[in-house]
Amino acid sequence: MVGMTKKKTAFWVAVFLLPNLIGFLTFIVFPLLSSLAISFTNWDLISTMEFVGIDNYKHLIADKEFWAAFTHTITFIIGYLPLVMIFGLACALLLNRKLKLRAFFRAAYFLPVVTSWVAVSLVWKWLFNPSYGLINYFLSFVGIEGLNWLQDESLAMPAIIITSVWKDIGFVMVLFLGGLQNISTSYYEAADIDGANSWKKFWNITLPLLTPTTFFVTIISLINSFQVFDQVMIMTEGGPGGATNVLVQNIYNHAFRYFEMGYASAMSWILFIVIFVITLIQMKMQKRWAD
Amino acid sequence: MTQKKLVSAIVLLFMLTFTVLAGCSDSEKSSGDSKDEKVTINYFTFSPGTDHEKDLQDMISAFEKQNPNVKVDYEIAAYDDYFTKLQTMIAGGKAPDVFELNYENFVSYASKGALADLSKYIEEDKDFDPSKLNQEAYKAYQYEGKQYGMVESFSNVVTFYNKDLFDKAKVDYPTAEWTWEDELTAAQKITNKDEKVWGTYAPIQFHEFYKVIAQNGGSVFNEDKSEVTIDSPENAEALQYMVDKVNKYKVTPSVGDLSGQSPEDLFKNGQIGILHTGIWMLSAFKDAPFKWDIALEAGNTQKAHHFFANGLAVSKDSDAQNAAYKFARFMSASDEAAEIRIASSWELPAITNEEILKPYLEQTPPESREVIFEAMDTLVLPPVIEDWSKMSDLITKELENVVNGKKSPEEALKVMQGELEKLK
Repeated sequence: MVGMTKKKTAFWVAVFLLPNLIGFLTFIVFPLLSSLAISFTNWDLISTMEFVGIDNYKHLIADKEFWAAFTHTITFIIGYLPLVMIFGLACALLLNRKLKLRAFFRAAYFLPVVTSWVAVSLVWKWLFNPSYGLINYFLSFVGIEGLNWLQDESLAMPAIIITSVWKDIGFVMVLFLGGLQNISTSYYEAADIDGANSWKKFWNITLPLLTPTTFFVTIISLINSFQVFDQVMIMTEGGPGGATNVLVQNIYNHAFRYFEMGYASAMSWILFIVIFVITLIQMKMQKRWAD
Repeated sequence: MTQKKLVSAIVLLFMLTFTVLAGCSDSEKSSGDSKDEKVTINYFTFSPGTDHEKDLQDMISAFEKQNPNVKVDYEIAAYDDYFTKLQTMIAGGKAPDVFELNYENFVSYASKGALADLSKYIEEDKDFDPSKLNQEAYKAYQYEGKQYGMVESFSNVVTFYNKDLFDKAKVDYPTAEWTWEDELTAAQKITNKDEKVWGTYAPIQFHEFYKVIAQNGGSVFNEDKSEVTIDSPENAEALQYMVDKVNKYKVTPSVGDLSGQSPEDLFKNGQIGILHTGIWMLSAFKDAPFKWDIALEAGNTQKAHHFFANGLAVSKDSDAQNAAYKFARFMSASDEAAEIRIASSWELPAITNEEILKPYLEQTPPESREVIFEAMDTLVLPPVIEDWSKMSDLITKELENVVNGKKSPEEALKVMQGELEKLK
């Protein structure tokens, strides 16, 4: 658009941004603000809204179910985050070497990432089936039998974690691959001359230089895992006995099963604040780490 | 980009925006309830499922024939999504004129003031005689003395049993006097681990729980629902009986044993001797390759049977309430709708006209169809409160804890008592 004045350019920029902006305002900003407003009401979708002040938030603090859901989410994160990071990095290191069929393997590991959660969850539900499932079949070779994965209170969460790690390895791997390719080979050449073994190279070169990537992956995975929902909803619906009732499942139950929109909105905002605070802390720490 | 292309792009863009905006705005609704004008009413329903859409269409065309001024547009949703959709429609100001509610959810909608009071239409209506309906079912749709819904159908749960398995184990068939002990003894004889045959099956969930405790003289609430009575020795005994069949006597498959198969399929496959399930399964078992029949449920200190009802309610915001009421009445009390229901083995119509019910009773199997009506003498209504699904979830959660051995029945009931008192 040569020859246009600045004013004219700004006008056209606005015109082209408009559709996106309308979508952003109607589907993100407006619902966001309304959910904040709704969180101070007792709206059940049918009766007229009544303003209840901070009652929902007060109730929330005393609600054992909410804190149980919080604990379950933390349990999920503690199991999921280290595993997905370790396996993701391991795959990235392997697939960063010169391998035959490297592109094929990279695509194969990335495939679960682009598969829908619904399909993945349903397949894994079958894999975990106590009588016909593949997992119990393999376990029977090493003498472990009759695990009731999704019906067992102590195994349901590990089953969800395994499924989630399997699905997300590819995503973490791709990010780490990008990070690895940014490390200049000259470091390794220098290390070779000094006679460093591969472990030393990994520990002293790869890992420190990967820090910005590691940091980014941690933030993203942490934020995502606070919002774990699809696989839980499909595989266990929060059961058995509430053992996998995570935060978003709990919000879903209150919003769309009990129709307590006000209370569910209040919980969503607490979840938002938690995620926000964690992100802030990490941002602070990033400055210390990454630079 | 040339100026020309730019302009056409922008025009296109604006057109798109306007189309979207136009789509969002309310489409004009035909208003007015007058006799001559043609009225369209929307009907939202879950009970046809996938099997009975054709039967619903037949009912609607029969209704439209009688009422040429009214056109009925229907929409069917699966039960699991139905209430989320309905609630969203109502919240969005687009409530269907007439919609289906099961008894458990009826109270919650009536108490929130979403339903139109039908009493005045019923009073004015000379063609409608409420005494032609099953009174228990008809009155279930009253709230605070007013009629807010028209019952269309009901169903209950009875004891289905595989006669061949009984013969093989040399056990006498269930009788009307059967007790829990009799059932357990029979189930133990029928259970055969090697052949993967189980003696008896009843699910461990809230619906089953409130019936089984009633069979032992227990309850969730007192008569007028002012007090929670769930934490009682009778209920502890009943709950113990429920889980013992799975964990102690091993005559009932656990969730793990079922591993995704439905007990109904196992029964049809000849692998369950006694199955407690709803009469909606009658047509599915029709072709089972063995002899089977139904019987009254076994009791401990007394008899108790489920009662499930579906009815039609009219939205208080409907601008065609009169037509909507007429349709609800048709679905509830007309012989035409009842005949279609019976011919297609859908649920039982709520009418008491024996002439029409006769073909239902004459169908076999099972031979003892009259059991379905005998069961109506010992009904236990669902202990409905406003927070129905919340109560159902929290009790199911505690029941799971008991089956998994994490809590004793007494401990679980104590937790339920506390939680329910908070709900009230």
